[in-house]
Amino acid sequence: MGSFRKGLHDGIPIALGYLSVSFTFGIQCIAAGLTWWQAFLISLTNLTSAGQFAGLGIMTSGSGAYFQMACTQFIINLRYALMGLSLSQKADKSLSGIHRWLAGFGITDEIFVVAMGNTRDVSNKYMYGLILLPVIGWSGGTFLGAAAGSILPKVVISALCIAIYGMFLAIIIPPAKKSSSVLKVILIAVALSCCFRYVPVINKIPGGFAIIISTVAAAALGALLFPVAENEAKEGTAE
Amino acid sequence: MDTGVFFIYLAVMAGVTYLIRAVPFVLCKGKIKSRFIRDFLYYVPMAVLGAMTFPDIIYSTGNYPSAIAGLAVGCVLAFFEKSLLTVAVSASGAALAVNLGMMWFD
Repeated sequence: MGSFRKGLHDGIPIALGYLSVSFTFGIQCIAAGLTWWQAFLISLTNLTSAGQFAGLGIMTSGSGAYFQMACTQFIINLRYALMGLSLSQKADKSLSGIHRWLAGFGITDEIFVVAMGNTRDVSNKYMYGLILLPVIGWSGGTFLGAAAGSILPKVVISALCIAIYGMFLAIIIPPAKKSSSVLKVILIAVALSCCFRYVPVINKIPGGFAIIISTVAAAALGALLFPVAENEAKEGTAE
Repeated sequence: MDTGVFFIYLAVMAGVTYLIRAVPFVLCKGKIKSRFIRDFLYYVPMAVLGAMTFPDIIYSTGNYPSAIAGLAVGCVLAFFEKSLLTVAVSASGAALAVNLGMMWFD
């Protein structure tokens, strides 16, 4: 199988997951007063979940909050910078120069994890194949959600909002089963994230910062306390 | 919203998001030598998703019973390594079932 086709194949489950999650984003855009093509353009150009949901709130709060928008996107999406560094370690020779500028657009949580799960280094063609269907799923799902948003009852819409977290569970639980180190790192991150929500004073820290601090602290503790065995690192973190 | 304002927001949002993804990926050439940094990067994706999922998931549907049902179904199916789509849709389905049940008994 060619590497582009293998990428397409690996991208199918991500695209289907995105289709259902971005559907809820489309619904929320319409509820917030945007048009269907505005919702579609946001998803097509941003390709991110948490950042878009936060960005939608800022957009609809008024006209001048461009700096706040930039800061919020920077903080919420800072994890992609870490993922880009990590993915650069997994890139083969073909994935260099202009191809990094192009494939960089498609670094999302799920695409990153799937790319890292390959036993061999990844090529430019593989990345393009992997990114293509999720982009279509994400922007297409937003369009469908925007179209359906005015029809679906509220009880269905609220239930759909858990879909993205279900997808996250499906990504983190299988590797946590196989590696107790991964499990411990996840539990540390979860514990910190809960502290940022519930402990007085530090719960004033904005959500984007809380995620970054929890992530950096948990991953750093993991790297210090549970060094990754050479074979485990090669197997990667996902199927 | 004014169309011009929308496009400025869109450009800021998409621009920042793109640069934060692409620049580190482009600039980092060659293999990182430090064992610590490599292990750190290995753990980042799992830590990020863990921190993003908890505790937010229990607030995601607007009421605890439906969110906890979705969480429980999602965890069980993820434990048995079902696909991303199966887990996401089943978690939503469980939340919807509880929502409907609550409406029924209300």
